Amino acid sequence: MSLQAPSTEANKEKMPKITFIEHDGTAHTVEAELGSTVMETALKNDISGIVAECGGSCTCATCLVHVDEKWFPIVGPPSEEENQMLDTAFEVIETSRLSCQIKVTEALDGLIVRTPSYQGR
Amino acid sequence: MSETIKTDVVIIGAGPVGLFAVFELGLLDIKAHLIDILDKVGGQCAELYPEKPIYDIPGIPYITGHGLTEALMQQIKPFNPTFHLNEMVTTLEKVGEPSFRLRTDAGKTFEAKCVVIAAGGGSFQPKRPPIQGIEPYEEKSVFYAVRKMENFRGKNLLIVGGGDSALDWTLNLQPIAKRLTLVHRRDEFRGAPDSVNKMRALVAAGHMDLKIGQVTTLEGDNGQLAAASIKGKDTVERVECDAMLPFFGLTMKLGPVADWGIKMEEELIPVDTGTFETNIPGLFAIGDINTYPGKLKLILSGFHEAALMAQQAYHYVYPEKKLVFQYTTSSTSLQKKLGVA
Repeated sequence: MSLQAPSTEANKEKMPKITFIEHDGTAHTVEAELGSTVMETALKNDISGIVAECGGSCTCATCLVHVDEKWFPIVGPPSEEENQMLDTAFEVIETSRLSCQIKVTEALDGLIVRTPSYQGR
Repeated sequence: MSETIKTDVVIIGAGPVGLFAVFELGLLDIKAHLIDILDKVGGQCAELYPEKPIYDIPGIPYITGHGLTEALMQQIKPFNPTFHLNEMVTTLEKVGEPSFRLRTDAGKTFEAKCVVIAAGGGSFQPKRPPIQGIEPYEEKSVFYAVRKMENFRGKNLLIVGGGDSALDWTLNLQPIAKRLTLVHRRDEFRGAPDSVNKMRALVAAGHMDLKIGQVTTLEGDNGQLAAASIKGKDTVERVECDAMLPFFGLTMKLGPVADWGIKMEEELIPVDTGTFETNIPGLFAIGDINTYPGKLKLILSGFHEAALMAQQAYHYVYPEKKLVFQYTTSSTSLQKKLGVA
């Protein structure tokens, strides 16, 4: 009997898709690994609007995204710690989040986020 | 002009790698001064993740950024380094073979045989708000730091932000300002609760204003601010002001390093991996700011780089002497330096 590795194709199907819309309107739809963060997904796919200076520690506010209004109720609001960091970001709106604090789950398949024109640097 | 500080080595950056460089240099009897733009030691460990755990320091399964900084400070204590905090090195020039002269924005001049750039991601500098046309006002009526409070006496001031810097300067400047307005994006503040209470009491007593919103446009002439527009949830309000102080925290910028004539590759400094010297003899770069084939931006890599750098720096500091490699476990002479023998 041979051990069968799970088909990578089947795994791929499970990977949620996230669309990043950059400030100039350029859209990138990429696959995200379950359990990773939206910030990590952006870096992996060279989304230029995400800086992530602190590497995901929620201490720099340079991975700001504006969650699409339809998606915001599913993604949910920031924690108080994150909200405090949002104080040091710019162009913050009602649906702004730090992408390092959004964990990728199956429920986020199809998520749309917009990146701001400026992350403070 | 203050007198020139003469030392063996100046280390630019007091992050973990700059601190450990003091240890490696100290074992070789090389004295060091450290200069850092932050008001505290520890670099990113102190500024970005003081409470976050680090799991990849060899032999230490778990330590916070703050904990690692404390431990390094204890480790380098025997070598009694001199710290110059809250200072940025603005110029660096070669004045000998090798010998360098450095100046800081605090007006200090240093002369050192070797210079070690351990500046990580660059220098932490205030975040500049993306308000269109803000540049002409900067350093004239828009300030990211308060150097002299007296400059703000009798002025209409706008302070922007919700952290301790914004609150502290609100409380300090309110008594001398003509009128002070604090602007913050939400009606909650992350600053110390005591400062928040004091600020709210001043607002309640009518001694200052608090506006919830974001500054969107500036009006004025020749760098002199006249007014700012504050966009609230459904409103736009115009507030007259003579000066604005935005406090949005810090971000890393490469800073003046790029102007020192060092060969650079995309904001990083290429180095020789045997010595961690740059293209200029006696000028070293260690830690996150350097680059070489296989480079990993890890604290542990920076520690290794510091050790090799010190071996090479020895030849410049003590050109007549022969360096014999020794271990701290067995060398009485090293142990004496560490104060344990």
